[in-house]
Amino acid sequence: MNYHWHWGILAELSPDGSHTYWQTLLLGTGWTLATALAAWTLALTIGSVIGVLRTTPYPWLVRVAQAYVELFRNIPLLVQMFLWYFVLPEVVPARFGTWLKQLPDASFWTAVVALGFYTSARVAEQVRAGIASMPRGQRLASLALGLTLPQAYVYVLLPMAYRIILPPLTSEFLNIIKNSAVALTIGLMELTARARAMQEFSFQVFEAFTAATLIYIVINIAVTFTMRRVERTLAVPGYIGAARPLTS
Amino acid sequence: MFSNFDFDVIVRSLPYLFYDGMTFTLTLTALATVGGIAFGTLLALARLSSIRLLSAAAAAYVNLMRSVPLVLMIFWFYFLVPYIGQWMTGAAQPIRVGPFVSSLVTFTLFEAAYFCEIMRAGIQSIPRGQMAAALAVGMSYPAAMRYIILPQAFRNMIPVLLTQTIILFQDTSLVYVLSVTDFLGAASKVAQRDGRLVEMYLFAAAVYFIISFAASQGVRVIQRRTAIIR
Repeated sequence: MNYHWHWGILAELSPDGSHTYWQTLLLGTGWTLATALAAWTLALTIGSVIGVLRTTPYPWLVRVAQAYVELFRNIPLLVQMFLWYFVLPEVVPARFGTWLKQLPDASFWTAVVALGFYTSARVAEQVRAGIASMPRGQRLASLALGLTLPQAYVYVLLPMAYRIILPPLTSEFLNIIKNSAVALTIGLMELTARARAMQEFSFQVFEAFTAATLIYIVINIAVTFTMRRVERTLAVPGYIGAARPLTS
Repeated sequence: MFSNFDFDVIVRSLPYLFYDGMTFTLTLTALATVGGIAFGTLLALARLSSIRLLSAAAAAYVNLMRSVPLVLMIFWFYFLVPYIGQWMTGAAQPIRVGPFVSSLVTFTLFEAAYFCEIMRAGIQSIPRGQMAAALAVGMSYPAAMRYIILPQAFRNMIPVLLTQTIILFQDTSLVYVLSVTDFLGAASKVAQRDGRLVEMYLFAAAVYFIISFAASQGVRVIQRRTAIIR
């Protein structure tokens, strides 16, 4: 290979004039994590609501929630991001559209919303699977005791369901971190975008990508390690492993 | 709101969208699926191997691919494949590789990691006794894998493999970052040329939805048909 390696490039000043290339990668990591965390909050909230709706005894609610999941699961994330970024401001009333376009950090907020909704459909499937994996008696017993349906969910079904589906939720969280890289297409300067910028300015392709890859691996290991500990603390004896990831 | 929605721009660009764009997307999906399943199955066999070095190497490969975003991998291979080609052919310069070959290599190697995990689960779902019985009647390990274990593992995993293929089909839209004319790339080029972002992106979303939704319903039917009643 006649590639000219030059690892010192990471310590050199980037064209922004104040940060080294390594520091720009770290700034990108910050945006990646901020996007992922904000989108995860959104995904968990909406996903829980939709997941619960899919297990209610009302057929029309189940159908609406099912349509929601199918809609967000069958369109590629990149297309969804374009819809939020390019299409939404054009189809809403003009004043609101202008406000959307002029938002500071518009690409960040768009990425958060797009990733949040995209992931919420997946979270909803997990929540549904978690609730469905519990014996029917739990729901019947709580209703028989006089709890209302919402109370049965809040006090009996959901606390168990979340603990059962913690492992698949962890992998969804890892997915949201990785998927945030798609936001570079709408101009978010997250980690992959920074590595790409570094490659364009310095021509040191493989140093830039290796550094970014290592940062992703470190994030991955840190999240996995933390969640393992959380899973161990919250494990319900005899229940973990009961929830299987859905295949379709 | 939709008063100046221009259907005509969609109709006019249909041949370009489907003949140029969708052909690229579907060819890439099909070839990457075949390549990914083949390489993924080999990786799964390596992961389950009793040779420590082999299983560790396969595990490291799978974990690496699964912890890095696909977008970053697309960039990696876009720059790496010319060097790999140079190394393989012994040329003096990094060889020129078109975006199709580059994306095909990326998706095959990337998706192989996911197909590997599916095939591994499939192989492990076969009762141990089957392998023991195959070896007991005198089959060699490769023969037992080839004629006894893999056919069953494959059959059990067909719905999951197909679901992964639908995900792969959606993921191919990410070659957009290389400015390739896949289906989304074609839609995007028309959108920017004619200033018709709303029409083209909504149409692209609708097409992706219809194909993925129909395919996932099809998988459900296959799942019911192939299920072995025990």
